[in-house]
Amino acid sequence: MLGLAAAVLIVINIYTDWLQPLREKAASLVAPFYWVTGTPGRVGDWAEEQFRTREELLDENSRLKRQVLLLEQRSQLLAAAKAENTQLKELMNSAETLDEKVLVAQVIGVSPDPLEHVLMIDKGRDDGVHLGTPIMDASGLLGQVIEAGASSSRVLLITDASHAIPVQVLRNSVRAVAEGTGDLYRLKLRHLANTSDIRVGDLLLSSGLGGRFPAGYPVGEVISVQRDPGHAFVEADVQPRGRMNRSRFVLAVLDSDNAGEASVGTP
Amino acid sequence: MEPHNRWFIAVTILLSLLLAVMPLPYNWLWFRPAFTALLVIFWITRMPQSLGVGFAWLVGVLEDLVTGATLGTHALALAVLAYFSLLTYQRTRAFNPAQQLMWVFVLVGINQVVGNWVHSLSGKPVPGLTFLWPAITSALLWPWVVPWLNSVAGRLQVR
Repeated sequence: MLGLAAAVLIVINIYTDWLQPLREKAASLVAPFYWVTGTPGRVGDWAEEQFRTREELLDENSRLKRQVLLLEQRSQLLAAAKAENTQLKELMNSAETLDEKVLVAQVIGVSPDPLEHVLMIDKGRDDGVHLGTPIMDASGLLGQVIEAGASSSRVLLITDASHAIPVQVLRNSVRAVAEGTGDLYRLKLRHLANTSDIRVGDLLLSSGLGGRFPAGYPVGEVISVQRDPGHAFVEADVQPRGRMNRSRFVLAVLDSDNAGEASVGTP
Repeated sequence: MEPHNRWFIAVTILLSLLLAVMPLPYNWLWFRPAFTALLVIFWITRMPQSLGVGFAWLVGVLEDLVTGATLGTHALALAVLAYFSLLTYQRTRAFNPAQQLMWVFVLVGINQVVGNWVHSLSGKPVPGLTFLWPAITSALLWPWVVPWLNSVAGRLQVR
């Protein structure tokens, strides 16, 4: 009887999204579990911060100051480039890019199941995060929100085997779809045309097609291309830019337009 | 029999749920023992008159919610596990430690097989027999956990 009930639950859960509201309610109930089990890690971090020597702090301080200087210089260049870009886009009558609002969130847990690459973050609907919100770190895209609770959400990483993201080569705008492989350090481009111009070292950006991820964020770098005349398609391996299992703080990109809610299927 | 000190069962289940989501290095995740399965076997073997498949099912649903797995995965796996533990609790009690260890391996293995079946149903790639590792680590954990649980449960006279 109960076995049957469980089986029915499983089927409902896999093939429909009727249980989504329940799961989102449960998210706030479940967050304390991750908070408690995260305690040893936090104590470790705290201890590391408390027991640092003066020299280490001074060192870090001067390093950060240098970095700030560099970044400021770069952002000045960026401001000029941005102004130029808008001007050119106006000339070409193309759609303008919107500024996205970014929210810093902390990773509070990792899925205990090695088969799924899912993070828990400490921001939820109350902070403007919703189903489909893109998540990134300092170096690239990480994934998207698949369950938004009131004050915590679950993020599916782009390396999860059930995830795929539309991308574009920076060098020549060739479009492709980067699929997760279940390996934290590997994405795969399948079904590239045999003639497509793609090389090792190419940087892939999100293309914005599909309306889920904003365009122009770095996704990964091509590390190998398998060209086999016997096969109908070229395949390429991609190393993701985002640090999938090392980020403690991530950025939630809150959109200002209508991307998001619209085209959400079961992940 | 009057229920007595049942809260201890709840406490152990809560602990096992915490251990089930304890952060581990990525490569160790494959070896995490199935703590809830161990506890379900233990409690059902100890109190087969009052705990049954329903108890295991409830624990499973809680674990599904906490781990974020497909709702019903652990519920189904633990319910099946509970059924087999109920059928065999007299034998399990009579086994010597080595036999018990082997038997726990088989029981948790069944639990893992059911879980793996749901995984493949939802389209997750299943790398070979790696899903059976938890059965081995759980079985190895059994002789350490059970005497301790037994002595505490005995002292509290959990009924």
